[in-house]
Amino acid sequence: MRKYSVFAVAREAMRAHKGWEAQWTSPEPRSQYDVIIIGGGGHGLGAAYYLAKEHGITNVAVIEKGWLGGGNTGRNTTIIRSNYLYEESMDIYEHSLKLWEGLSQELNYNVMYSPRGVMMLSHNIHDSQVFKRHIHANRLYGIDNEWLTPEQAKDYCPPLDISASARYPINGAALQRRGGTARHDAVAWGYARAASDRGVHVIQNCEVKAIRRGPDGAVTGVETTKGFIGAKKIGVSASGHNSMVLAMADVRLPLQSNPLQALVSEPLKPIFPCVVMSNTVHAYISQSDKGELVIGAGTDQFNSYSQTGGLQIITHTLDAICELFPIFRRVKMMRQWGGITDNTPDRSPIQGVTPVPNLFVNCGWGTGGFKATPGSAHLFAHLIARGEPHRLAAGLTLDRFRTGRLIDEAAAAAVAH
Amino acid sequence: MLLIHCPYCGEDRSELEFRAAGDAHIARPANIAAISDEEFADYFFLRDNPKGLIYERWRHIHGCGRFFNAVRDTVSDKFVMTYKAGEPKPDLSPAPGVAPALPADSRPVETYEATEGRAE
Ligand SMILES: Cc1cc2nc3c(=O)[nH]c(=O)nc-3n(C[C@H](O)[C@H](O)[C@H](O)COP(=O)(O)OP(=O)(O)OC[C@H]3O[C@@H](n4cnc5c(N)ncnc54)[C@H](O)[C@@H]3O)c2cc1C
Ligand SMILES: [Zn+2]
Repeated sequence: MRKYSVFAVAREAMRAHKGWEAQWTSPEPRSQYDVIIIGGGGHGLGAAYYLAKEHGITNVAVIEKGWLGGGNTGRNTTIIRSNYLYEESMDIYEHSLKLWEGLSQELNYNVMYSPRGVMMLSHNIHDSQVFKRHIHANRLYGIDNEWLTPEQAKDYCPPLDISASARYPINGAALQRRGGTARHDAVAWGYARAASDRGVHVIQNCEVKAIRRGPDGAVTGVETTKGFIGAKKIGVSASGHNSMVLAMADVRLPLQSNPLQALVSEPLKPIFPCVVMSNTVHAYISQSDKGELVIGAGTDQFNSYSQTGGLQIITHTLDAICELFPIFRRVKMMRQWGGITDNTPDRSPIQGVTPVPNLFVNCGWGTGGFKATPGSAHLFAHLIARGEPHRLAAGLTLDRFRTGRLIDEAAAAAVAH
Repeated sequence: MLLIHCPYCGEDRSELEFRAAGDAHIARPANIAAISDEEFADYFFLRDNPKGLIYERWRHIHGCGRFFNAVRDTVSDKFVMTYKAGEPKPDLSPAPGVAPALPADSRPVETYEATEGRAE
């Protein structure tokens, strides 16, 4: 792999950019791999990269039915933060945030991680109590999170309307300064390039149709649209389709797939300096480096694989955005789309072993797993290589639904997060 | 937005009038104190998540207030049919992942549906 650098840019500028090579190779599948990862999103590609880099397992294939990052990795609003309430969540999201901070250097790929601050608006006494509880829990755990007065919130984000007559008055905000955004596609591409460089096979346009198992019940490989591919171990990381893929091995997990929508505006000059989330009125917004306002909406209330989402959901979100930021009332929206998120009953992920030997699962990241991409991928690689979870992911196992030791971020946030 | 047929009101109404209420035909085990933790977890947390036909409950919350059941395709979101609570599960080709029906004698009574289908 030829390194990207300022010198490479200068060199290519001198020769009409004819020397750039493909970022990753597209080999035909081998007949047998040590590990197959199902799903070429950020989590799956990242896991393959860390398997090669940290565990020396390079006979690995990532199998993707469409194109890399065409799932939720390429459809999300890229909010990154680690100020969750419970220790299990703080462990994994903070691990991930630390990896984000060095990810562009690690991958030699600009993932455009931008710690511009994530501000969560408080609109009533309940919000302020909940956010202060989060702030205290985070700070005791060594994670930054601070309380702002409405005036401080307005200083940090000038477009905000904090007037007393606002439809949704603001009585303060919680700010995580290290939170921010990153370039979604670049995360998938950067991991794919770095993994491919270490010998991982990235196989696109290849759908897994069945999981084969031996007489002892352990996995032996997958049937795909490119034929049978053998594997000693299989890691499933197919987000909204995890239930469907796991059903191929007769594994049922507590997951429900729901469409989640986002939309972007026409590009504007830089006007919006940070990420703002309002859980109570359900809207979140930031501005991309291209200038588009990136706006996230809610999930549909029913199971669906439609990748569209109801119109009333985005209308509701835009109502809220226009009330919070009256200056955006006349901005035109350019595109809208949906992604299928896999949600658990407690809205926390499941990463762990399954009842099927050598079949591992990384699922339930639902509406909030982009921020977790590096951390989750790193710990998933550990799980697959060692056969048992890393200390930081030990609480995320499936067992919690039997023991009742839930990680109830759903109740803690009361919203998609 | 979906148009949903309420079998009690007999009318197609906007999705805004309804609340989705999860899987249909989940019966609370009659001997709930006696079952194992695994069985409880299955009953309480495991739900069907097919890509295809799903059997689910809806509530006409801003209308008659009643619960009813529906069969819907989760890819097109099209409703195949809706039917009243307590009526048997219609015999359509089952979606992948749907558990096979239990033999009649071991089938628990759907008490929840029978009582909740009625707004009184
Ligand atoms: C609109 C929207 C906004 C969001 N906003 C945020 C946010 O602001 N912050 C945040 O942290 N998270 C957010 N999320 C959630 C986040 O996008 C996901 O949790 C995360 O990207 C999941 O990554 P992944 O790699 O696990 O899945 P994906 O990127 O979805 O990758 C899974 C891949 O598996 C493939 N696949 C499925 N079935 C098969 C098969 N049978 N064979 C082969 N391949 C298969 C799919 O094609 C897909 O590419 C949002 C999600 C959406 C939809
Ligand atoms: Zn009705």
